Order: sequence, then structure tokens, then C-alpha cells
Amino acid sequence: MLTFNLLVAVALVYVAGLFVVAFLAERQAASGHARWLKSPLIYTLSLSIYCTAWTFYGAVGYAARSGLEFVTIYLGPTLVMIGWWAMLRRLVRVGREQRITSIADLISSRFGKSTQLGVIVTLICLVAGTPYVALQLQSVTLSFAIFAQDAGTVWQAGDLNAAAGWVAFGLAVFTVLFGTRNLDANERHHGIVMAIAVEAVVKLVALVAVGVFVVWGIGGGPSTIMQSIEASPIELWDQSGGRWATLIFLSAAAFICLPRMFQVLVVENADERHLRVASWAFPLYLLLMSLFVVPIAVVGLDLLPAGSNPDLFVLTLPLSQGREGLAMLSFLGGFSSATSMVIVATIAMATMVSNNIIVPIWLHRFKQPSAVFSGDVREVILLSRRISIACVLALGFIYYRVSGGGTSLAAIGLVSFAGVVQILPVMLGGLFWRGATRIGAGLGLSIGLTVWLWTLFLPSFGAGAIIPTAVLENGPFGLGWLRPQALFGIEGIDPLIHCVMWSMLLNSLFFVSGSLLSFPLPLERLQGAQFVNVLDRGTSASPWTVADAGAEDLLVMVQRILGSDEAQAIFQKEAERQGKTGYLPEVTTQFIEQLEKRLSGSVGAATAHAMIGQMTGGSGVRVEDLIAVADEAAQILEYSNRLEAKSAEQERTARALRQANEKLKALSIQKDAFLSQISHELRTPMTSIRSFSEILGDTDVAADARERYAQIIQDEAVRLTRLLDDLLDLAVLENGQVTLNKQSGIMRDLIDRAVQASGAQSGDLAVLREPLAEEVPITTDLDRLVQVFINLIANARKYCDRPEPKLRIVVSERDFAYHIDFVDNGSGISPQNQQVIFEKFSRITDQGKAGGAGLGLAICREIMHRLGGDVSYLPGQYGTAFRVVVPKT
Amino acid sequence: MGKRVLLIEDEPNIIEAISFILSRDGWTVHTHEDGLTAMDKLRSLPPDLVILDVMLPGRSGFDILRDLRSSETTKNIPVMMLTARGQDKDRDMAARLGATHFMTKPFSNAEVRDLVRNLIEA
Repeated sequence: MLTFNLLVAVALVYVAGLFVVAFLAERQAASGHARWLKSPLIYTLSLSIYCTAWTFYGAVGYAARSGLEFVTIYLGPTLVMIGWWAMLRRLVRVGREQRITSIADLISSRFGKSTQLGVIVTLICLVAGTPYVALQLQSVTLSFAIFAQDAGTVWQAGDLNAAAGWVAFGLAVFTVLFGTRNLDANERHHGIVMAIAVEAVVKLVALVAVGVFVVWGIGGGPSTIMQSIEASPIELWDQSGGRWATLIFLSAAAFICLPRMFQVLVVENADERHLRVASWAFPLYLLLMSLFVVPIAVVGLDLLPAGSNPDLFVLTLPLSQGREGLAMLSFLGGFSSATSMVIVATIAMATMVSNNIIVPIWLHRFKQPSAVFSGDVREVILLSRRISIACVLALGFIYYRVSGGGTSLAAIGLVSFAGVVQILPVMLGGLFWRGATRIGAGLGLSIGLTVWLWTLFLPSFGAGAIIPTAVLENGPFGLGWLRPQALFGIEGIDPLIHCVMWSMLLNSLFFVSGSLLSFPLPLERLQGAQFVNVLDRGTSASPWTVADAGAEDLLVMVQRILGSDEAQAIFQKEAERQGKTGYLPEVTTQFIEQLEKRLSGSVGAATAHAMIGQMTGGSGVRVEDLIAVADEAAQILEYSNRLEAKSAEQERTARALRQANEKLKALSIQKDAFLSQISHELRTPMTSIRSFSEILGDTDVAADARERYAQIIQDEAVRLTRLLDDLLDLAVLENGQVTLNKQSGIMRDLIDRAVQASGAQSGDLAVLREPLAEEVPITTDLDRLVQVFINLIANARKYCDRPEPKLRIVVSERDFAYHIDFVDNGSGISPQNQQVIFEKFSRITDQGKAGGAGLGLAICREIMHRLGGDVSYLPGQYGTAFRVVVPKT
Repeated sequence: MGKRVLLIEDEPNIIEAISFILSRDGWTVHTHEDGLTAMDKLRSLPPDLVILDVMLPGRSGFDILRDLRSSETTKNIPVMMLTARGQDKDRDMAARLGATHFMTKPFSNAEVRDLVRNLIEA
């Protein structure tokens, strides 16, 4: 009799042994002497977590219930490993290059680091994975119960629950201890993988041992067994083609979609070449695992009392034969299957929960950007992973309690499978189709998850447990086409096939159409290319070493960025430091780091990292690197654009300043010239006045001279006054301070006044007029207009150089204005002077004769502008001619 | 016969005033009004003193001064510049071009008389 306490002791010793194995493996890995740890054999064995307690115990039960159908569970992975290992290679390569930590990370990373997708995938895995964890707890608990029963105590529900609780607790401790030692997902869980490999061997040995015992020990050799098989009801099982296909598909898909499988297949993969070995070794392992399933089932059905649980034949058969040692080995095999699966599944799910749910929330709350490397965040992440592990196991335990452990093992397993395969379309689409988008993936996953929950997961609790029986039979709200097990009114299909068919169909449909109808973000596009073309770049995926980078290649690159002098100086200095002659030093890690720092000073950190990564080989350039490079480039571009804009603005400002300066200079020159002109115009008459008044003060001046000099003084005084008047007039006109006094009058009267005032009637200038044309009304500032006329007539008087000077005044009417032309018979003004004459102090003839300061025409022009008209020189008139244009009103 | 003064000036009243002052003091005053022909006048009649206005019709007094100073026959003649503009830069220009003295209008008669006496007798 095997005491229960001994069993518990053996189990504890076994776990302790696993601890030691895991611990030693970790130590070896840490010291770097563990090449054998990275062997393809260990990798293959670690894949065996596919064979859980479900396979270990459940396969026999499955065979006992449904005949050969259990084989599909092994056929799926076998087909994938052998037939589609190219896809696995792609998956592993992507995982390596993108530093993927979980399947949720894979999907989120593929679709532009979408947090939402990560959350959806995590949820799917959690919901589908929890029953699976519960299943393992159940199997371990049941096996304990079997031994307890064998020892004479029949466990009640309370005992079972307590045992399950202890198992869950123990597994949580083990997983926390070895699953969260390292934070970086890149550092693999060597200890765990090693422990799993050991467990893989134990369960294979146990199952084969039981099989050998059954076939040769009880069954009487292979031939007898064959006869028993043919005689057994297993033969009679009708194999439904649809179910076979569905199950093979499910197991194949689950093999790559299950979080724990992804963990060992991709995350824990040390070398993608291991796949080549695993592609034949793992199917071999599965073959061995399935070899004795049918014999055990047949013999169990034969020998054991009717109604015994076929799921536990592997245990109960040896026990019934009194083979307690073998039963113990078998127990350890089942225990190994359960624990290894739970540990890896828990790590995988905890990583997802932590990375995709807890940490984003935490980071969001505390607003700590890029905190991965700061110490306290490290603590937070570790803590969140540990809590996640505890939560996942607690969920499994709760599910176990809620479901009551009643459903058969295989059924739970298939429900889980159907759940995780919802990830398949998006995963394959992401790996092979660049057009897949975030929107499509989100739609597909959500629809798939919903259909699975509605048609399989919720009903699996039993009619009325969660979904009321009425809904199950009539659909929600009486909508018959939404009945969970008869969607769209298609009835009579196996619920599993029904669920897989509809969920996959709708999932893929929404994924594809959502992708076709939406546009990927730039990051998605980049990631898509990275994922789909992952195999196009290089073939080697072996771990890279710094020695891969040739010093010369590095020098070439660094020269390109820093210039040859500086680059050669850096390399030579390093070579000297290393005690080598010449330019090329040994490429050490420190040197690479030093180079990266130097480069990042020139091209930015991300670019430098990407370049060095490229040069040192293997690592490839991650999309984040590329994005960061693009960001840097964009920043630089923006910066230079800003600089350009700034310099353009400065140039504009400078030009404006230059123009203003030139204007001011010109104004200053004008002002100087003006002042100097005024000075001259004022000082000249004053000189005469002063000089002659001094002369008059002398006593010895003749009387007639005295009279003459007094006259000069008087003339010059008048000249001064006129000059001052003109200056003031001009100043007022130019400042626009003049107020116009608009009146109506007749043109003839105005010209009369002007002729009179200018003194032309004294006879030295003949004025010729056309009285009829002058009979026109005008409304303007009449006095100002007359002032202009006077000026023009006076000028003709002064400057007309003919012996018989004549001035013709011609008034002509236009639509809105009068033209008044003043044309004398003089020699005219040369073209180059025709404009100059309107400038201040311009005098083109001898000033003594003119007697004015040269302000007259300038004043005239100002006045006419004020009146809305103009005065200009009229060329081609055989004499000096001015035209006054004045508006009629 | 007193020494000859050539007055190059275009304002008739100022010509009359200066002529009166200097004649009374015993100098022979020749006058010339046009800038363009001033140098010809100077060469044909080398005076003992030139009184030269800056603003002349045809040619500026400064140009005439420059020619005068570079011509063998006239370069040693003392020149008194007259200007009504009275700006520093004119004074500087006159000094640079070799004017002996610079006088701003309006002036006092005594000032003109004393200066001419000094310049000719020096």
C-alpha cells in the first residue's frame, strides 16, 4: 500500500529536484558555460509542454470515449512542425528581431504597437487559458484523490478543493521564483526551460513505461493487444470527417497560438536552427506519447470496473495490478505534464497581463515616459508580473471551483483551443499580408472572441449555468438566429464544429474586410513590411557578437560621419591604448559603445544605435530604431526649416532696414541740401543788407550813392520777406495743414486777377487770351488757383528770353477738368530740366535775374495736388509751356 | 596803384558792396561773375588776392580753387573763400583745397577790409 503521505513526500521531493535543476541551469547560464542548455534537444523537449495533463491522462480517456479521434490532437502539431516549419521560422525570426515577449506583444507590435490589440489578445488568452489551467489543477487533484482512495480514504469535495488550492499555491511560488528572476524578456528563462525538459522526459518515460507494462505485462504482447483492440468498442466509433478536420485544424492552430506554446516556440528560442531538429524530433516525441494510448484505453476498459474514469486509466491500471512504483512514476508523469504546462502558461499570461494591461495603466497614471531602465520601475514591473502570476493561478483555481471539475478533461481542452485559435487569422495575416491593418485585426479578434464566448465557452458551463435554457433554445430576445448552438438557424452540427466554423469564418471575414476598408498608420506600414519581409534580410539568426564587426568597416562608416581625420584619430588612439600599432584597434564592446556615443553626438542617438547595430551585424534594425531615426531626421529637418525661415526673416528685416537706412540717408542728404539752400537764400540778401547799412553808417558816402544803397537794402529786405513767405507757404502745403476755401467762380475772372497781380499788364509781356473759352464756371479754392496762375505768368515775365515776349493762355474743357495752358514764345526748357524745375530751390537760369528763391513751381505743384489737379511742363510747344489741370468742381 | 583783388562772385549787390569797401581802402578791384570762365580771367590777370564765392553759376568755387592751386601761375595767390551756406564741411573742403581764408556771409565790412589787408601784406 502506497501511503498518501509518501506520495506527497515524493511529489515534494520531485518539485525540490526540479528546483535544483532550474537553479543549476540558471547558474550555468549566468556563468556562460551552458552551451548544452541551448541545444536543439532541450528546445524540442521544452515544446512538449504541448502535452499537458490533458494529453497524459485525457488522451486515454478520449480514446476510451471517442476512439481514434484523440490522434487529431497529435496530428495537428505534427503537421505544423513537419509541413509548415517555414512559417515557424518566420515566426521565430520576427520574434527575435522585434524582441517579442508574448503573442499579445506580437499582434500589438505587428499592428503599430496597438495597445488595444494587445489587450484584446491578452483577454482572449486569459479567458481561453484559465479553463486550461483549471484543467491541470483538476488532473493533479484527481490523481492525488486516486492515491488517497487507493490508501483507503475517499476524498470529498472539500478535500479536493483544498488539494487544488495547495497545488495552485505551490505552482504560484515555483513560477514566481523562477519566472520573474529576470526582467528582460530577452534573457530567457533557462532554469524553467531546463526544468520543463526534465519533466518532458519524465512524462514520456512514465507513459511509455505504463504502455510497455500494459502491452507486455498485462495484455500479453502486441498481437493479443491488437486482437483486443479489434474486439473493443473503440473499433466501432464512427469517425466523422468534419470533426476530424476541425480537430486537426484546432490542434494545429492552437499549437502556434497558445500563449505557452508561443513562449517556448518563439520567446525561449535561442537559435532558429533548432527548429530544424525540432521539426522531426517533436513529432517523434508526439508519436511516442500516443503510441500506447489505445492499448491502455482498451485494456483499461477491459480490466477496470465499469464506470471508472477512463481519464485516469494511466494511474488506475498500475494501481489495480498492485504496481505501486509504476503508479508513482505515472503520477509523476501526470504531475510533470500539469506543472510544466501551468508554469509556462502562467509565465506567458502573466507577461501579457503585466505588459499589456498593468504596466500601460501604471505608466499612464504616473506619466513616466520610457521608464524601462529606471530602478523603481523595474521593481514595479517585477511586482506586477508576480501579482499577475498569482492572479492567473487564482483565476484557474476559481474556474476549477466554479465549474465543479465535472466536465471531462478533453472537452475543456477543446473549448480552450477553440478560444485561442481566434488569434490565428490575425497572426497569419500579420505575418504574410502587408495589407492587414489594426482596424481589421481588432474587428476580427473581437468578433471571433464574441462568437466563441457565445457559442461554445458560455454554453460549456452547461445549460442554464450562465446562459438561461430559454436563450439556449430560443435565442436572446426570441431571436432564433442568434441561438448559441444554432447561429443563423443552422442546426444539428456538433457544437465545437459549429463554433469553430462560425467564429473562424466571421473572424476572418471581418479581419480581411476591415483591413481592406481601412488605411494603416505609418508605423503599421513599417511593421507590416518588417514582419512580412522578415526572411528577406540575411539568413543568420545566430546570436551576434561584437567581433562580427570588422574594425575597417567601422572605420569606413565613422569616417563618413565624423570625417576622416577625426575618425582616424579615434581609431588610432584606441589602437594605441590597446598597445597595437597602426590604425585598427581590436573591436571591443567598450570601443563600440564609445563609437556609438561619438556618433550619436553627430547623427542622434537612435541613428547611431541603428548604424552600429547594422555594422555589428545580426541585430538588424528594429522598427523603433527606424522610427526614432525618422523622428530625429524630422526634428533636424524642422530645426533647419525653422533656421531657414528665421534667416529668411532676418534677411527681409535686414533688407527693410537697409532700405529704411538708405531712405533716411537720402532724406538726410535732402535735408542738408535744403538747409544749405535756405541758408544760402537767406544769407545772400542779408549780406547785402548788412554791408550796405554799414556803408550808410559811414560819413564819407556821396548822397546819390547813399540813396542807391538804401534802395538796395529795401529790395533785399523785400526779397527776404518773400522768401520767408514762400517757405512758410510750402511748409503748410507739404504738411497738408492747408484748409481749402472752396468757392465758385468763372475762369475768366480768375485769369484776369492773375494777369493783373503778376504785373503783366505793365507791357513787358503780351498776354494772348481766348475770352469765349474762358467763360466756364469752376468750383475750387479760387485764391489758391489764382496764386498758381500768378506764378506761371510771373515766370513767363521773368524768363521769356524773346525781345517781344508773348504768353498765350488757352483754356480747354475736358469731361471732369479744365486744362489751362500757359505757353510763351521763349526758347523752352531742355528735357532734362523739365522735371527739375518743380523741385525746391531749383533755378536753371541766372538767379540774379530771377529774383526768386526757386520755390515758385514747387509751391504751384503742391497747391494743384491739394486741389485734386496737377501742373506739369508741356513739351513740344515751341516755347516754355505749362499745363494746369484742375477739376471742374 | 593799389594791389589787385579779383572778386569772383555772382550776386550784383554783394559785388557792389565789396568793391566799394576795398576800393575805398585803396585796392584795385576786378570782378568776374561766371564760374566757367573764371580760370581764364585769373590767368590773364594774375591778381594779388582772389575773393572766391563757392556757389557760382556754371562752376563751383571749389573746382576753381583746385585748378587755381594746381596752375603754376596762380598757385601762390592767396585765396579768400566766401560762402553763404556756412557749413563745416564747406570750411573743411576749402581748407583741404588750399584756401588761405574762409569767410561766411554775412560779414562785417571791417572784417573784409582787415582780412584783405593782412592777406596781401603778409
